[in-house]
Amino acid sequence: MNLTLKVWRQKDANSSGKMVTYKAENISPDMSFLEMLDVVNESLILKNDEPIHFDHDCREGICGMCSLYINGRPHGPKRAITTCQLHMRSFHDGETITIEPWRAAAFPVIKDLAVDRSAFDRIQQAGGYVSVNTGGVPDANELLIPKVIADEAFNSATCIGCGACVAACKNASAMLFVSAKVSQMAMLPQGQPERWSRVQSMVAQMDEEGFGSCTNTGACEAECPKEISLTNISRMNNDYLSAKLFREEKVHDHSGGGE
Amino acid sequence: MSLEAKIPPGPLAEKWSKHKFNLKLVNPANKRKYDVIVVGTGLAGASAAASLAELGYNVKAFCFQDSPRRAHSIAAQGGINAAKNYQNDGDSVYRLFYDTIKGGDYRAREGNVYRLAEVSVNIIDQCVAQGVPFAREYGGLLDNRSFGGSQVSRTFYARGQTGQQLLLGAYSALNRQIHKGKVKMYTRTEMLDVVTIDGHAKGIITRNLTNGQIETHTGHAVLLCTGGYGNVFYLSTNAAGSNVTAAWRAHKRGAFFANPCYTQIHPTCIPVTGDHQSKLTLMSESLRNDGRVWAPKTVEIAEKLRKKEITAAQVKEDDRDYFLERKYPSFGNLVPRDVASRNAKEMVDDGRGVGGSGFAVFLDFADAINRLGQEAVAAKYGNLFDMYYQITDEDPYKQPMRIYPAVHYTMGGLWVDYNLSTNVPGLYALGECNFSDHGANRLGASALMQGLADGYFVIPYTLGDYLATIGPKPVDASHPAFAKTKQDVLDRINSLLALNGTKTVNEYHRDLGHIMWEYCGMARTEEGLAKAKELIQALRADFWKNAKVVGANDEVNAALEKAGRVADFLELGELMVDDAKMRKESCGGHFRLESQTEEGEALRDDDNFAFVGAWEYKGDNQPEILNKEILDFEFVHLTQRSYK
Ligand SMILES: Cc1cc2nc3c(=O)[nH]c(=O)nc-3n(C[C@H](O)[C@H](O)[C@H](O)COP(=O)(O)OP(=O)(O)OC[C@H]3O[C@@H](n4cnc5c(N)ncnc54)[C@H](O)[C@@H]3O)c2cc1C
Ligand code: SF4
Ligand code: FES
Repeated sequence: MNLTLKVWRQKDANSSGKMVTYKAENISPDMSFLEMLDVVNESLILKNDEPIHFDHDCREGICGMCSLYINGRPHGPKRAITTCQLHMRSFHDGETITIEPWRAAAFPVIKDLAVDRSAFDRIQQAGGYVSVNTGGVPDANELLIPKVIADEAFNSATCIGCGACVAACKNASAMLFVSAKVSQMAMLPQGQPERWSRVQSMVAQMDEEGFGSCTNTGACEAECPKEISLTNISRMNNDYLSAKLFREEKVHDHSGGGE
Repeated sequence: MSLEAKIPPGPLAEKWSKHKFNLKLVNPANKRKYDVIVVGTGLAGASAAASLAELGYNVKAFCFQDSPRRAHSIAAQGGINAAKNYQNDGDSVYRLFYDTIKGGDYRAREGNVYRLAEVSVNIIDQCVAQGVPFAREYGGLLDNRSFGGSQVSRTFYARGQTGQQLLLGAYSALNRQIHKGKVKMYTRTEMLDVVTIDGHAKGIITRNLTNGQIETHTGHAVLLCTGGYGNVFYLSTNAAGSNVTAAWRAHKRGAFFANPCYTQIHPTCIPVTGDHQSKLTLMSESLRNDGRVWAPKTVEIAEKLRKKEITAAQVKEDDRDYFLERKYPSFGNLVPRDVASRNAKEMVDDGRGVGGSGFAVFLDFADAINRLGQEAVAAKYGNLFDMYYQITDEDPYKQPMRIYPAVHYTMGGLWVDYNLSTNVPGLYALGECNFSDHGANRLGASALMQGLADGYFVIPYTLGDYLATIGPKPVDASHPAFAKTKQDVLDRINSLLALNGTKTVNEYHRDLGHIMWEYCGMARTEEGLAKAKELIQALRADFWKNAKVVGANDEVNAALEKAGRVADFLELGELMVDDAKMRKESCGGHFRLESQTEEGEALRDDDNFAFVGAWEYKGDNQPEILNKEILDFEFVHLTQRSYK
């Protein structure tokens, strides 16, 4: 196949960017989208041009490192997969493909198609855990967890932290991502002791990072490669309200830390 | 140099607890005076960093991805072993120990492996306490599945995403310590060298991947948790970024590299389709619980399948050879990986391979779907089936998967003693980065176990002993060794950037991969290895003349990153070949055609090769020196491995 690519190029966070057009020639339909970009990059290098920079690692849909806004959709045209799982057979010969980075104030561009998603890490650091140290925990089978609960917690836990939900949302809201973690922990017995403080800390950090608010359009769910459902958001909203109204407690404060 | 493994004396079951008692402790108030550097945040690194910070040490952790959660451990699919015996099927610490020693073809240390089996049970407890959503039965208890090389069901799993869930657990523990200020996390940062002072590791040199800054970090100890080197083969199931640089740089600063030729070729991966491919995708071993491996009985039928004149479903039961079930009736499809891979290769060599290229056999779920229903099969393996479908455009619910072996894991790595210390004091290696517990073949679901054992339950004890010995005096950042090592790193970057030839780095990598796969892959010979050595030397020389690296240092430069990694692979590859050539026996994943039983199984030579081969670097383009650590077997009896 032969394709025309319109790609966002931006030297670094401080420079302005622009769309640049490239040709991708002799592309096999069996190639993945990233392998197609590899081919283009090889030819750019040989022409002494700078290769197109994009994030990637596992190339099998699990690490959450790849991104890309392809023809106006995060992770491209197919449902429930990441960009690295997208194959060129999903495009047709002669097609023009537009490739942009995630667009969100909380995800500044690092270079070309790669953005800084460290805000996601900071939200997790604010409370996305059960406070147990290594050692001294009970036998794993002392805790009985109904299969349906374990399965549902697992569904929430499969979020790969890619940021497509934010990119898909017109408000750049991070609610789907945050609610996935909050729900996982809120459903499991291990998460109960910190249930109310966790949701408050994580939401506070989310707001601080400058993500937009949720207006329930559901674009995030539609584009999420792991099919994280909107139910997570309602669960989180319930918990947040509950925490605020009835169970206000001091949110985690470990600043200065080191005990 | 003599290698002191420091395995404690005494009965197997008492070694670790006695040793823990004998290790020195750092008093709680003093712990905060120590800085510990942890490179890598996979299962080994994240668990170590979190646990050490919980104890009170100041930890600096590093990874090259944009978040610690993206370490390659995230991709592990099938599960993690633990000797819980929850199934009441006869499992025990001793059985897990025995299976692992035997699975490794008697090339691992008894003491280490026993400890691994012993702490395996604590790992599951720890993960559950963190909220890891393992699969459960209807009664609410934890569920298990079976993995190769064992006749009990001891593998804990979270659908086909066990590594993801375990890593997110360790990541959450790490996050808690980052929040407390006890761990300082450096993402998008690549370690490029170790700094040693008076023979002790005292820090590292890193490159900030967003702006190219070369930075110096001091620490009382350095822990390398940087994963495996399977990408030396170019195509493997590893992530694109997985590399050997951290371990290799440490090797060049004095750390011995042990058993580099022990590589694991995993039997069930999606076959290669063409030269454009950048990686291979694993189909988890757990699939062999329900999938049956077969090839057509005759070359004629295989030929028809290859030409698509018939489909797999049209091959009559009588015309199918379920070769693993036929040859190994007691383990069937669940023989260890090395055995399964070699048998698949045998089918292909025999002309009975399937798929367009003929380099594949079938993994068939028709029976399981009939027996359990499609829904039950989907509940267990759904994400794997989807992955297969995405890549091949074929529906595995309707036709069997085509699978073929691919490079997957490296048992070799930095030599460490029982305390996980390399021979360079203060420099430790954990997880896949070290060589320690899997001998010549790793059993499925044992790498996750080992990474977490090292990080949660071994290093928190053993590191204290070293730190207590050296004392909490701050490391002197102005010591000339830092400036000198930093300059070495800069010089190397500049020589890479100066390469302005005609061939891309990726092409060199692919060429190296071809050489390694052809001569140092599933079957190795004296002659082939000699040829490989020459080819690699020539390729390396050509790289430093004709490679092309674009861009500058002080910016995001993926081409430069890749060049540094491939340059290291070009050196490592030669050492792997040397090691394979030295080891004139077959064992586990190392198969020398000259050394096989009449039935074509790996034939060990215990009289001459029951040792760990630990290589010592002697300078650029100098032959490395082999140091031997003799393996003593006090408790198990060495036999020809049999899975019949
Ligand atoms: C597809 C796949 C499936 C698998 N499935 C299973 C399974 O089901 N069960 C099982 O037991 N095992 C499985 N394994 C093996 C297992 O996943 C790995 O061996 C294990 O996760 C390795 O963990 P680690 O912590 O040692 O390294 P990794 O998880 O690879 O982490 C390496 C870390 O080091 C960092 N790093 C590397 N180099 C540098 C550097 N120079 N500077 C800074 N940082 C650096 C990386 O950023 C990363 O954080 C699987 C492996 C693969 C590839
Ligand atoms: S919720 Fe979905 S889209 Fe959002 S980060 Fe998680 S996996 Fe990505
Ligand atoms: S590269 Fe890992 S999810 Fe795409």
